[in-house]
Amino acid sequence: MLDLLWLAPTLPLLGFAVLALAGARLGRTGAAAVGVGSVGLSAVVALAAGVELFQLPELSRVFTQKLWTWFDVAGLVVPFGLHLDTLSLAMIVVITFVGFLIHLYSVEYMAGDESFAKFFAYMNLFVGSMLLLVLADNLLLLYLGWEGVGACSYLLIGFWWRDPANDAAARKAFIVTRVGDAALAIALFILYRHFGTWQIQELATRATAEWAVGSRLAVWTAALLLAGAVGKSAQLPLQTWLPDAMAGPTPVSALIHAATMVTAGVYLIARTHALFELAPDVQLLVAAVGAATLLLAGFAALAQTDIKRVLAYSTISQIGYMFLALGVGAYSAALFHFFTHAFFKALLFLGAGAVILACHHEQNIFQMGGLRRRLPFVFWTFAIGGGALAGFPLVTAGFYSKEWILGQAWAFPGAGPALWAAGLAGALLTALYTTRLILIVFFGEPRTPAAASAHAPGWLITIPLAVLAVGSVATGFLEMPEWLGGASTFGNALFSVFSKTPDGPAADTEMALAALATAVCFAGIAFAYWLYGPGQALPRALASPAAAAVASFWRGGWGFDTLYRTLFVRPFVWLAALNRADAVDLIPAALAAIAGAFHRLVRLSQTGRVRWYAAVIVAGAIAILTLAVWR
Amino acid sequence: MTATVPVEHVIALAAALFALGVVGLLVRRNIMLMLVSLEIMLNAAGLAFVAAGARWQAPDGQVMFLVILTVAAAEVSVGLALALQIYRRFKTLDADALDEMRG
Repeated sequence: MLDLLWLAPTLPLLGFAVLALAGARLGRTGAAAVGVGSVGLSAVVALAAGVELFQLPELSRVFTQKLWTWFDVAGLVVPFGLHLDTLSLAMIVVITFVGFLIHLYSVEYMAGDESFAKFFAYMNLFVGSMLLLVLADNLLLLYLGWEGVGACSYLLIGFWWRDPANDAAARKAFIVTRVGDAALAIALFILYRHFGTWQIQELATRATAEWAVGSRLAVWTAALLLAGAVGKSAQLPLQTWLPDAMAGPTPVSALIHAATMVTAGVYLIARTHALFELAPDVQLLVAAVGAATLLLAGFAALAQTDIKRVLAYSTISQIGYMFLALGVGAYSAALFHFFTHAFFKALLFLGAGAVILACHHEQNIFQMGGLRRRLPFVFWTFAIGGGALAGFPLVTAGFYSKEWILGQAWAFPGAGPALWAAGLAGALLTALYTTRLILIVFFGEPRTPAAASAHAPGWLITIPLAVLAVGSVATGFLEMPEWLGGASTFGNALFSVFSKTPDGPAADTEMALAALATAVCFAGIAFAYWLYGPGQALPRALASPAAAAVASFWRGGWGFDTLYRTLFVRPFVWLAALNRADAVDLIPAALAAIAGAFHRLVRLSQTGRVRWYAAVIVAGAIAILTLAVWR
Repeated sequence: MTATVPVEHVIALAAALFALGVVGLLVRRNIMLMLVSLEIMLNAAGLAFVAAGARWQAPDGQVMFLVILTVAAAEVSVGLALALQIYRRFKTLDADALDEMRG
């Protein structure tokens, strides 16, 4: 079965090809069957490959499949090879399984759309590229997948392109991530220059052997890789594209901008962790970026009014946790948070999509309210997802993954307690904005007729919600701290990839930390209830102009858009306007003018009168005859 | 071979006919009469071929005349069809009125 691993990325790519070439002829049922079926089959392949992989001995759970040589030019040989270990297994299982559920959901969500087949074509291309990204055994193939998912992200954000705002959001996402992509490309060049290979495993061993810890090249390479990861994962300072990316259809936000693509940066750092360990300063920077991002995005999420933008900032914040974990060397914890986050954030986005659909494409949470009674099923699944996001103790997956990260952060020597405190403050914010969202959307009285007449979704939407809700609870039990019985399925599985996992805190410290985090979570929920619940303390608190100004500042994402517009966009537009009338343009302009003049001249002879043409032919014949006779 | 017409006379007649055809083609505005002028030009050329064939005692001149006859028949059928279509569409046979292809 492992030999069939190549089918995992091939099936969605095949689905893309079929939908792109014959999508219009398949009809809606056919397009849905191809789009959902290809990802479903891919999920089966991924699960079967996983089962087989776990039958290998624990420390050799690696499977490499070289398919063919991609290219071989002047000594540069790049094979097209797949590499499956427990790290990429965790990724492909999430991508295909969650991806399958989201595709299923899309069949109902996109049912009335005119470009139904095109949507599934793009989604399949995305899944194929993402699988290529995580299965690649060399960095260049990884980069191919990396750009593939970026292109799909662009296409899907701008899917409803008739609205220029969506088009602008798509362009912004593409251009901002491009900054990171360029850095990643430079990192690839440096690595090839020094090691003559892009094979990830070989690079890791040779870099560890040949580069000293903290050497200049190691630091530069790690920093450039970090810049690439920061762009893709929407971390500070390149986080501005993700909230705008919510312009795409909601299943796209769930799949690309919550569960999978935005975590590609986390995967990249985890995959090249050997390089980051050679640059401890950069690794600390990873943690600092994560900590700063999770706080900043948490505050921004508090002030949003669009249900999807709340979730977008929450995604940025949760990926901040993953970066924090990567920075303190707790790669397994980062991956575990990715794993649980994929389930509960996909659940939240799909729940938000169901709410948006029920309220006739209304996204402003203040136009909703009271939906608990109209959409009880969506409410309960959304509450489970929200609980997992807020880290509701003991019964949600988010609690266990966040606990693990916070424990590892605490035990990190040096900056540990500061990072831990940032994470704890972030947990308070998470509980606060999650409760706020649920209170405003689902409780109280309906604020608009649309919310009062919300209609319940069909089974294609409820089934993915139910499955993801189960996942948002059950995946947490894969990894439990020692004081709760100590399951360590996930960490053990990843042991063969990350051999050096730092020790966590002692069991009693860990219990105290968990108790503190629980208290913070409850405090956040209670505080949110006081602010947004029936008491409505917030309108009074926001009455002061200073508070309103802060809220507006947070709503705009800390003014980063304004800053970048002033720093980069305006000067660039100014320069472009300046260059518009430069001297070089005169040359092509003169050529065009000359051609135009000749055109006008020759046009005179085209009178359209057949007698004129005949006369010219006669004159020509006489001229030629005269020449022939007189010579 | 008595009382033969000198070949120069025949060629001169052909040239005169051809010139008449050309002038007719250029000065007539009626498409039907332009086609008639074309026929005169074709027959002038045919006459020149026959005269040359007789002068050199070769059959080629008469062969060429047969070719011209065939071409003329084809040309007339196409030309008349065009004239018919032009009249149907523009309700005129004035060649100068048809300058829609002006550049």
